[in-house]
Amino acid sequence: MTHPRTSVARTPVGLIAFLFIIATALGCSKNDEKTASQPSNSTSPAAAASTPSSSPSGSAAELRMQCYGDGNECEVTRELLAGFEKKHPNIRVVVDVVPYKAILENLPIQLAAGEGPDMARVTDLGGLNKYYLDLRPHLKDPAYWEKNFGKTLDWYRAGRDDRGIYGLMTQLTVTGPIVNKTLFDQAGVAMPARGATWDDWVAATHKVAKATEVPFPMAMDRSGHRFAGLAISMGAKYFDADGNPAVVDDGFRNMAKKFIDWHKDGTMPKEIWGGSGGGQYRDGMKEFQNAHIVMLITGSWQIERLDKNVGDAFDWVAVPNPCGPAGCSGIPGGAGLVVFKHTKHPKEAALVLDYLAREEVHAEYMVRTANIPAHAAITEKGLDYKLSLAAKTSLNTFMGEVSGILPPAYVLQGYPYNRAIYNATVSRLGQSVAGELSVDNALKRITADINEAVKEAQRK
Amino acid sequence: MNDKFASWPHRVLAVVTGALRAITHLMLNIPERPMRWAQRVLGGQRIAWLFLTPNLIIFSLFTFLPILINFYYAVTGGVQLWPSERPFIGTENFQKLFACDNYFDYSTCDQDLFWRAIYNSMKFVSIQVVLMVLFSLITALVLNRKIVGRGFFRSVYFFPVLLSPVVVALVWRWILLRDGVLNAIIESMGGEKVLWLLDPSWSFFWVIFVTVWAQMGFYTLILLAGLQAIPRDVYEAAQMDRASPWRTFRKITLPLLMPNMIVVLALALIRAVQTFDEVFVLTGGGPGSATTFLVQYIYNTGFAQQIQRFGLAAAASLVLAVVLFILTMAQLRASRSKIDG
Repeated sequence: MTHPRTSVARTPVGLIAFLFIIATALGCSKNDEKTASQPSNSTSPAAAASTPSSSPSGSAAELRMQCYGDGNECEVTRELLAGFEKKHPNIRVVVDVVPYKAILENLPIQLAAGEGPDMARVTDLGGLNKYYLDLRPHLKDPAYWEKNFGKTLDWYRAGRDDRGIYGLMTQLTVTGPIVNKTLFDQAGVAMPARGATWDDWVAATHKVAKATEVPFPMAMDRSGHRFAGLAISMGAKYFDADGNPAVVDDGFRNMAKKFIDWHKDGTMPKEIWGGSGGGQYRDGMKEFQNAHIVMLITGSWQIERLDKNVGDAFDWVAVPNPCGPAGCSGIPGGAGLVVFKHTKHPKEAALVLDYLAREEVHAEYMVRTANIPAHAAITEKGLDYKLSLAAKTSLNTFMGEVSGILPPAYVLQGYPYNRAIYNATVSRLGQSVAGELSVDNALKRITADINEAVKEAQRK
Repeated sequence: MNDKFASWPHRVLAVVTGALRAITHLMLNIPERPMRWAQRVLGGQRIAWLFLTPNLIIFSLFTFLPILINFYYAVTGGVQLWPSERPFIGTENFQKLFACDNYFDYSTCDQDLFWRAIYNSMKFVSIQVVLMVLFSLITALVLNRKIVGRGFFRSVYFFPVLLSPVVVALVWRWILLRDGVLNAIIESMGGEKVLWLLDPSWSFFWVIFVTVWAQMGFYTLILLAGLQAIPRDVYEAAQMDRASPWRTFRKITLPLLMPNMIVVLALALIRAVQTFDEVFVLTGGGPGSATTFLVQYIYNTGFAQQIQRFGLAAAASLVLAVVLFILTMAQLRASRSKIDG
């Protein structure tokens, strides 16, 4: 049965539909014109003239910065950038706070696809070199950068012939141990002095753990970077005379054996290194903050977090790196802010970095984030950190450790595929800690993994 | 005056109803003419393709094309992301994966972690799927009976399905840690702590337990729907014939539930082979590599390392695809023979 009104209604309905579509299309196009005209209004010459300074290109620029934080680094960066944006109202920096894992795993893929942020805070300083923008043509005074950041600029470079300036060091780190001082006091055990060996520290922390009924004397972050400091102290060189990776030598082997033994005899908890698979990173901060371990081998970047989280719960302090036959070395490292080639606003991005590199701004950043600066003038003048006494003392201890860093540690830090070495170390020693591989087999696998990874990376 | 005010909402309603009717007609009439034309030109059979085209385009772009690209990646090497920049290396990635002195001893293989992942996946699939189907069936049978609080229990069993796998794994991780809830309970009863996630056997057990716990509700629901679709009179006839409950279950329930069982089996099997997120958060593939499954191996090789070996990861994912294809075909064949037989 046909609806009586259908045939009658069809013609006017079709007409209404036609009019409706035309009206909608016209309405949309008008709206589009309005929307499109808005930015040009905001960048009109009059508007630009009334501002203190405009962006170099003269038009509005929005820069996206991908940032991970060990503590409050991203928040402080954002706050400092408010001062920059006040001076450059046409440049807006959006700080996207992401987990560290995103910087390690997602960012390289974004960059390989020609996507990603304009800037990012990265730790794989040499490994991402091919994506960096050389800032030299855009910097106000490249000589200032060379003078103050000269020591670390090489870490970003592709090789000896590369003289580019690619990034601003936002954090210089040194690995080393922190200890629960309260537990030492309660146990009545004296802390080993500077120059003490790893064995001395193992003995001392065992005594403390036993006396205070703490489950474990020591722990170390699940990181090949952290392990490298220990291995280098034992004499590991990591590279042969030609600069090719030759990771497993006597020093590395001795430290690996010691390290596995520490897990077997209960010096270290198996959770951190044995509890996960692959090259996953895990730190031991939770265990340390809960006073489940006496000593944690970590690094200077944890100070702000410790200061905030431990508070008055117990006293803690950083101690000098224990020694092996080759020395008492930690390993340097750090994070840097870099600009990527694909950015549409290279001049503006360089302007941002130039601002953050200014001595007074950089000093404020370091003080508020409790990080060690890589800036020569700031280091020379010193900083008045707004921290507790324990944190200040610890920061000084870590800074004092810089002089004890052995040369292979610097070479390793500057090697573009260093994370391949770290990944293999963590993955295979982790398997050994879990009881899957003997130390000898783990060492064979480490060598094979590194060789295979580097060969793949160099395949053209 | 009152009448005038009273009729006002009616007028608005009439206008709204009229407008809605006009819009409905509009929506129905706009596609009518082109559709009639298309049907006349293409004919009744071929017009189905017209309706399938949008979906086929999306499917080709986001499923077929990535599969083709994956094939290409598997025969190329290097760390470059763009296919055009990647050097062709033929079957080298597959040779690497299959280079083994003894396939039953993964430590003799070049890519020992790949083979460990294969063994772990096979072990996991064979145990987890059986337990999943068994527990889902038992739960569905119980929830199909007239028990007190049936609605409540149906919700309770389905609740974990609503949770994100990451949340499920995190909750269970907190329970199972050295200082977790379970050990606290054991200690409060005078027992000793057990390292649930550090012992390879225990961690494997918990991976199976947690995945069954988290997904069981979904399969229970499918089986429950199947049970409720079985006509009551068949049971009444069995009762009149004095058939025992076990015989009723074997001869009536199970055969009539078979189509649903096959769906559950196929879905559980495919999902078990693809397991990643729960296990990644719960154990991280550890201790060592005791709970590293094939998908995590692919992820680790392709994405979690500084030198991202996309080619090797793509080759491993093709192996996974072959396994899934064989399983699905076997499943389909079994289901056809069951249904036909």
